[in-house]
Amino acid sequence: MQNNSKTFTMSNKPGTLFDKVWDAHVVRKIEDGPDVFFIDRHFIHEVTSPVAFLGLESRGVGVMFPQHTFATADHNTPTINQHLPVADPLSNNQLKALEQNAAKYGISHWGLGNPKNGIVHVVGPENGITLPGMTIVCGDSHTSTHGAFGAIAFGIGTSEVEMVLSSQCIMQPKPLKMRINVNGSLGKAVTPKDVALYIISKLTTAGATGYFVEYAGDVFEKMSMEGRMTVCNMSIEMGARGGMIAPDETTFKYINGREMAPKGASWDKALTYWKTLKTDEGAQFDKEYNFDAADIEPMITYGTNPGMGIGISKSIPKGVNLTGGTATYEKSLNYMGFHEEDQMIGKKVDYVFIGSCTNGRIEDFRAFASIIKGRKKAEHVTAWVVPGSHIVEEQIKAEGILDILTEAGFLLRQPGCSACLAMNDDKVPPGKYAVSTSNRNFEGRQGPGSRTLLASPLVAAAAAVTGFVTDPRDLM
Amino acid sequence: MAYDKFNTLTSTAVPLPIENVDTDQIIPARFLKATTREGFGDNLFRDWRYNADNTPRQDFILNNPIYTGKILVGGTNFGSGSSREHAAWAIYDYGFRCVVSSFFADIFKNNAINMGILPVQVSPAFLEKIFTAIEADAKTQFEISLPEQTITILTTGEKEPFSINGYKKNNLLNGYDDIDYLQAMKPDIISFAKEKAI
Repeated sequence: MQNNSKTFTMSNKPGTLFDKVWDAHVVRKIEDGPDVFFIDRHFIHEVTSPVAFLGLESRGVGVMFPQHTFATADHNTPTINQHLPVADPLSNNQLKALEQNAAKYGISHWGLGNPKNGIVHVVGPENGITLPGMTIVCGDSHTSTHGAFGAIAFGIGTSEVEMVLSSQCIMQPKPLKMRINVNGSLGKAVTPKDVALYIISKLTTAGATGYFVEYAGDVFEKMSMEGRMTVCNMSIEMGARGGMIAPDETTFKYINGREMAPKGASWDKALTYWKTLKTDEGAQFDKEYNFDAADIEPMITYGTNPGMGIGISKSIPKGVNLTGGTATYEKSLNYMGFHEEDQMIGKKVDYVFIGSCTNGRIEDFRAFASIIKGRKKAEHVTAWVVPGSHIVEEQIKAEGILDILTEAGFLLRQPGCSACLAMNDDKVPPGKYAVSTSNRNFEGRQGPGSRTLLASPLVAAAAAVTGFVTDPRDLM
Repeated sequence: MAYDKFNTLTSTAVPLPIENVDTDQIIPARFLKATTREGFGDNLFRDWRYNADNTPRQDFILNNPIYTGKILVGGTNFGSGSSREHAAWAIYDYGFRCVVSSFFADIFKNNAINMGILPVQVSPAFLEKIFTAIEADAKTQFEISLPEQTITILTTGEKEPFSINGYKKNNLLNGYDDIDYLQAMKPDIISFAKEKAI
């Protein structure tokens, strides 16, 4: 299983990182059709897998390689009292279905209460399941997270989950290639989340549809693995199937020693292969963008899609200055209760959510705590502090972050997707404003009528202690 | 899942001239708790269609009995957001068999085809013509021909071609699905895995 000596056809033509990984996984090319694409790692969760298993049963086919699929419960789990039976019978039913399906087909299952349980895109990397050069899919669009390791990782629908279970393959036309270069030095309080929101604000939510993105430039080279995961996670929000970053010493150091990562001789072999995973000089992209790190401020969104973001010190743009329909723009501002040319700083905040597959890792909680420390949660703010996994939860405790949170009046909850998509009870009430470190600010995303402002953990912390949209640089 | 064959569809259409219709609008996450595929149509566009007290919102197009049909016409960037196939199931379960837009999000497009819904991408200009035609007469009929790969506004005769790859077209015409294809090539996959699986 840990044979990492992948071979791929070497041609003289310079290739991109994406080409190298993609081409090594094509089982068959269909003329005027998609590639039959082999999948190395498949993650499943309780919401998008039950119907795929029903499909297997009705066809009478089994799971081809159960050892390549990993199940975790995350989307629909409570974030308090996880030791008690799940109160919502429908949620409970989904969790049971996942458990039973995993048991029936011999799939590893990290259910509620398991010390390895957590959000699928947090637990994959932290346990060493996610490795460079792999193809990784999951019935969740934020699977793009795993691209941070130089893997091709993207979200799939339930029919495709059934394909992977039954044949370890899906049918995919090869996407176009885009490279986004960000060079220079990031300013004070500018985090990987701000880099992602900035890029999306420039490209729009459909700007990379049809493309697979490679992030390059010294900003990403200097970034930690957790920061790279945040950036790749948000790739889908500009329409891209996924984003990836070439693996380097930072990547190898992160992976080394993780439970399921290769060890000993297989580590050496894997490393030799991983070091070949980079875009060759002169390789061609279908589209390329260049951004200057110095132009990026701490970001915040003001509308109902992740492309509607601005630097926190800016005011909401006028619709006539934007491309696209002004009717949709007005509908969006109307939903948010905002107006053109409003300043974002000073807007009242009712809820703060830190967590999710975008910003639910230890570095995010360290950043959050750096501003919270020595301050108090604003009285009118309800805060949900939700670690991405039990491992992150344990780190929060071990590093003394829990003490800082408790001192400031915050409660640490248990891991799960929580208020990112509000399938469980963590819902923002109608009309209320939430500064959220998650990935989507769609209408009703955090509960019917909820109004979401996407931001980094630092901006979320500044809002949590002041009760208003606040520039974190003023508190540092 | 094998699905209904798709050949030629002649129907009136329901217009939804909103851009960036995301999957959270098509089917909000709180309705994703089922473990079967059926019944999602009831909650299609739930929060646009119903008030908080579950009474229908009269200003939403699906609550206007004038507009009916098996074709849903949406603004650009239709289906952005999550990978939930439930969005396609909800559209299908409600009774739509075709979605027309000037631009589709990737995952939604795949999910739609895998469900047997035909996504038809037209030019922004032709999309405007469709909206104008429905506005002029809600009973305007459209013909979508998969064999010809064309969409026609039958009242005016205006027609535009659309693209779909040959493999997917053949699947839809015959009601085949990808899993049938993959099952048939199992030996190839197993030998590929033996040689190359990580």
